[in-house]
Amino acid sequence: MDVSEKLIFPGQKHETADGGILITKLDDAINWARANSLWPLVFGTSCCAIEMMSAADAKYDWSRFGFEVARATPRQADLIIVAGTIVMKMAPVLKRLYDQMADPKYVIAMGACTISGGPFFYNTYSVVKGVDHVIPVDVYVPGCPPRPEALLHGMIALQEKIKNETYFGKKTKEAK
Amino acid sequence: MGLLGEDIVTEDGEFVINMGPQHPSTHGVLHLKIWLDGETIKRVQPHLGYIHRSIEKMSENLSYRNFIFATSRMDYLSAHINNEACALCVEKGLQIEATPRAQVIRILMAELTRLASHQLWWGCTGLDLGAVTPFFYAFREREAIMGIMEETCGARLTMNYMVPGGVMYDIHPNFQNRVKEVMKQVKDNLHEYFEILTGNVIFENRTKGVGYISAEDAISYGCTGPVARASGVSCDIRKWFPYEGYDKVQFDEILDTGGDCYARYMVRMKEMLQSVSIIEQLIDNIPEGDFQAKTKNVIKLPKGEFYQRVETARGELGVFIVSDGAASPYRIKYRSPNFSNLSAIEHMAKGAKIGDLIAIMATLDLVIPDIDR
Repeated sequence: MDVSEKLIFPGQKHETADGGILITKLDDAINWARANSLWPLVFGTSCCAIEMMSAADAKYDWSRFGFEVARATPRQADLIIVAGTIVMKMAPVLKRLYDQMADPKYVIAMGACTISGGPFFYNTYSVVKGVDHVIPVDVYVPGCPPRPEALLHGMIALQEKIKNETYFGKKTKEAK
Repeated sequence: MGLLGEDIVTEDGEFVINMGPQHPSTHGVLHLKIWLDGETIKRVQPHLGYIHRSIEKMSENLSYRNFIFATSRMDYLSAHINNEACALCVEKGLQIEATPRAQVIRILMAELTRLASHQLWWGCTGLDLGAVTPFFYAFREREAIMGIMEETCGARLTMNYMVPGGVMYDIHPNFQNRVKEVMKQVKDNLHEYFEILTGNVIFENRTKGVGYISAEDAISYGCTGPVARASGVSCDIRKWFPYEGYDKVQFDEILDTGGDCYARYMVRMKEMLQSVSIIEQLIDNIPEGDFQAKTKNVIKLPKGEFYQRVETARGELGVFIVSDGAASPYRIKYRSPNFSNLSAIEHMAKGAKIGDLIAIMATLDLVIPDIDR
């Protein structure tokens, strides 16, 4: 897909034969706004949270992509980055946090533990084998823990996904 | 009704609130149940288990080489030192020692880890007490250290670099030069740490005299590491029970008698300089030779019980292995520093205001997966 076609901002003027008229689709305007101000919930259970913090520091700087407004309360968050293992005792809490978030809400499963239980898949009695048993996941980021670059890539992938949504019904268009 | 199905106001008129498991300053998923009279804390009760991953049980089914990886996920900020403790304990059972080169590499890695851990703690303490800038200063140096780790170990956070008998690979050819560069950077920049936070009036007011614990109480609660040393308890395992060759390097055990949050803060700040000093003594003196002693492909420990303690960035970590002679341990128990340090939280917080609890938790430097394991 041609990148230049994609970048239609609301308020942008397009030259027409009759002079400048603001034209954009509602979907594009809403998706543009949503994708570029994703506010993540500060939710880290273990090691991946440290790499999530690294992604916030000056070297990786996730504020370049509009993720820097990390919120401590689910009521203000758009996105929950599940950073770290979810165990049986934590699963109901995570579900509750997800339910408290306002729509539209998105989930990134960060790290091997949240994808499948990862290193704690075998021989454990307490680990939830994949966070998608509890809440629906939009993007999976593999790694143990994933590098900050991998997390950024995952979040940019989520932005792409949001940009292809339709406003009514939250259906995602055919993936590119 | 509260989270645990109890009334939120007790018969005595105390207000019960739950802090966590989702709370930004619990540094993870610690759940504190707090009884309040107005804003004054009457009781604090930690609830554990929100990140209990059954690492001890899991290790019983893994071989003596394989179980070490799980310990990097326990106290992930001192992953190297955790791995080292396990490797040392297995070596004790095998009655072998790591090669001289491996021992020096291990000390270097352990001290780099301690430095990175204290830097992260410093940044997060700032965040918890309302200062955002320290976080960026701290991560500037931390990322440089992570770069060194990545080059030699292949991972930034969970390294799994220590194996029974030595280390997994030899050091990267750039290792010595990069460590020297970073040590220079740390020494040049450490004064900024003090300038930006230590003398700050708000910071001093929030930490001085807050969360006091006496030396006797610190001992009876089993506190170790900087928490106990800030109360004047000399408990550095590197001094008292030297392992690897810590007896051959010169460093001071930092002690303070304040016993409050500010003393704990200063102990960690001064420990950073000691770590730099240890690294500088050893970086040019890495002996030649093998980086790993010869061990059998399948390690089997003789029947018996083995215990090894090390000093992590947070205190004393003990590894206790019971072996029945098989290729995997019969039972493994970790004595983790955070668990004991957390037990003192009620003693420290009783009578303080609820805002002080944040300062107390920040200077306890808790890593929750190490408590739950």
